[in-house]
Amino acid sequence: MEQVKKLNGGAKFSLRGIFPEKKAAADGGAHRKKITLAKVGRFLFSIVRGVIVFGICYVILYPIFVKLSISFMDEKDLYDATVKYVPKTFTLENYRKVIEGLEYGKSFLLTTLMSGGVAFLQLLMCMLTAYGFARFRFPGKGILFGCVIFTLIVPPQILMLPMYMNFRFFDVAGIVKAVRGQSINLLNSGAPVIIQALTCTGFKNGLYIYMLRQFFKGIPKELEEAAFVDGCGKLRTFVQIMMPVAVPMMVTVFLFGFVWQWTDSFYTGLYMPKMALLSNKLGSLAATLSAKYQDMGGSMHFVTPGFASLMNNTGVLLVILPLVVLYLACQKHFVEGIARSGIVG
Amino acid sequence: MMKFFRKSNGKTKMTLRGKEAVAGLCFTIPFLVGFFGLFLPMLFKSISFSFSNMQVGNSGYILQKAADGGLEHYKRALTIDPDFNLKLLNAVKEMCIQVPLVLIFSFFAANLLNQKFRGRGIARSIFFFPVILTSGIILGIESSDILQNTLGPEGMLSSDDASTVFNISNFLMNYTNLPATFVSYLSEAVLGIYDIVIASGVQILVFLAGLQGISPSLYEASNMEGATGWENFWKITFPMISPLILVNSVYTIIDSFTSADNELMTLIKNTIFSEVKYGFGSAMAWIYFVLIAVIIAVVGGLISRKVFYTD
Repeated sequence: MEQVKKLNGGAKFSLRGIFPEKKAAADGGAHRKKITLAKVGRFLFSIVRGVIVFGICYVILYPIFVKLSISFMDEKDLYDATVKYVPKTFTLENYRKVIEGLEYGKSFLLTTLMSGGVAFLQLLMCMLTAYGFARFRFPGKGILFGCVIFTLIVPPQILMLPMYMNFRFFDVAGIVKAVRGQSINLLNSGAPVIIQALTCTGFKNGLYIYMLRQFFKGIPKELEEAAFVDGCGKLRTFVQIMMPVAVPMMVTVFLFGFVWQWTDSFYTGLYMPKMALLSNKLGSLAATLSAKYQDMGGSMHFVTPGFASLMNNTGVLLVILPLVVLYLACQKHFVEGIARSGIVG
Repeated sequence: MMKFFRKSNGKTKMTLRGKEAVAGLCFTIPFLVGFFGLFLPMLFKSISFSFSNMQVGNSGYILQKAADGGLEHYKRALTIDPDFNLKLLNAVKEMCIQVPLVLIFSFFAANLLNQKFRGRGIARSIFFFPVILTSGIILGIESSDILQNTLGPEGMLSSDDASTVFNISNFLMNYTNLPATFVSYLSEAVLGIYDIVIASGVQILVFLAGLQGISPSLYEASNMEGATGWENFWKITFPMISPLILVNSVYTIIDSFTSADNELMTLIKNTIFSEVKYGFGSAMAWIYFVLIAVIIAVVGGLISRKVFYTD
């Protein structure tokens, strides 16, 4: 927009010669609307932009539409070449099976509780850390912040095995062993992810710390200085002055934490494969349901690709549905939080 | 240390600076505990695992030094295993193709979303939607859908579209002087547009935030001097955003290496948990990590030379 305007703004070519004088006559000449080259350019530019934006939106949303249409199909529709997008035999059977296979009610509640709790703890801990990095000078700060970035670079797969062993034989400096005689097994409980959330070592927590730090750095210091002068403690300043200002960014980080925990298959599959969480259930959905509905008898255990496709597509829809609702509910804050953070630097 | 303490009436007291340092360290306690209490020990354990054979019992595990002075697993991964080198190379190749495209696309998209137009709010929320779509299990399920991947539209484009792209790239190669590698790179980019769009949610966010952070007064001043939009872009927008190009390229590299549908990651996980080869899996993970670290260091070094910092 700006570019075109500026490009052509200097020289105002009038296109009145090309366009007939109808308008000029109608206006009576007093407020003659000039169709300048700049205006035409701007108009063309906005059309091109609209097409591009629409195209990209289409690319993003198309797979969801496909999933939606598949989820209402019968298995034979998938193999039928004449069926495209609109199912021939409309059915809600897929949803019934998937809800049963996912144990949707139970696992939905558990997953919500888990994701909400983990996202909240991550947000809280990362916020404290980020505030410390953003506002206080202390020795070794640069190196420590380098460590934050370092945690982002190390792939979680490296830590996977030691972490697994750590939580399988959990012990804090030999204390547990001394008291109970043996270490605790924390696997298949929520404890490992909660411990990771509490210590800022969870999934992409380095990114959250980075984002929050940049946000806090962008807030003028005068706000807190006024509070200090009035005798407000540091923690209280943080809670009462900084947190209300940081709401958009907090929403953003919470949303990230929630979504990534919700769909996480890495840590979930590692620490708690037996818990009734949606991502666990979704991973084995086709196999579970096929054993139930496609029993071919004998030792045949073969999931037909069509059936797997139906179940998986419907399952994915049901799993992301709550996320989409949440996303739409806080997307205003989400975009605003990013826009105001000013991550430059 | 004198900065942090002062003597008054024979007693040592903290200065304001000292109090600030203590407060700062207190706020960062969660991270310090996590990093020094959990992250670093795990990292060192992982190294020692990769140099040894592990046996797991009911009450714990025992480590024995691996053969060849502990290097057994590394040697095996690099010289004996048929899959590892190939997949390693593939991962790097895929990264080299994808990262520049993701960067360019997300920069372009952020510029687009930063302009004022009707429906911008909706467009923004759709553009950030992949953040939800590309996480964890969803991506894994997607790539395992055999039927949709073979019969259905491949990724995004049908066979008609693919042949159109093929024809156009043929035309470009025959009738223009563009080098063939460049044309094939472009056509690959067009065919893989869905993967690129899907992978750039967070990057668009970061760029957009950066764009919004540029003070409008800079543009006002340059407009007064008669700069064109083109000049504004290269002389103001680009330098101001360049630190974020560094951030985003590092982020994209990591993302492409650690994403859930990465073959090598699956291989490592399977080796450790399905085949129960703890040491071998750890060694593979470390070779992989060292490679990532080297690539990030090189890329970061190259880009940070060009980065413009205001302060």
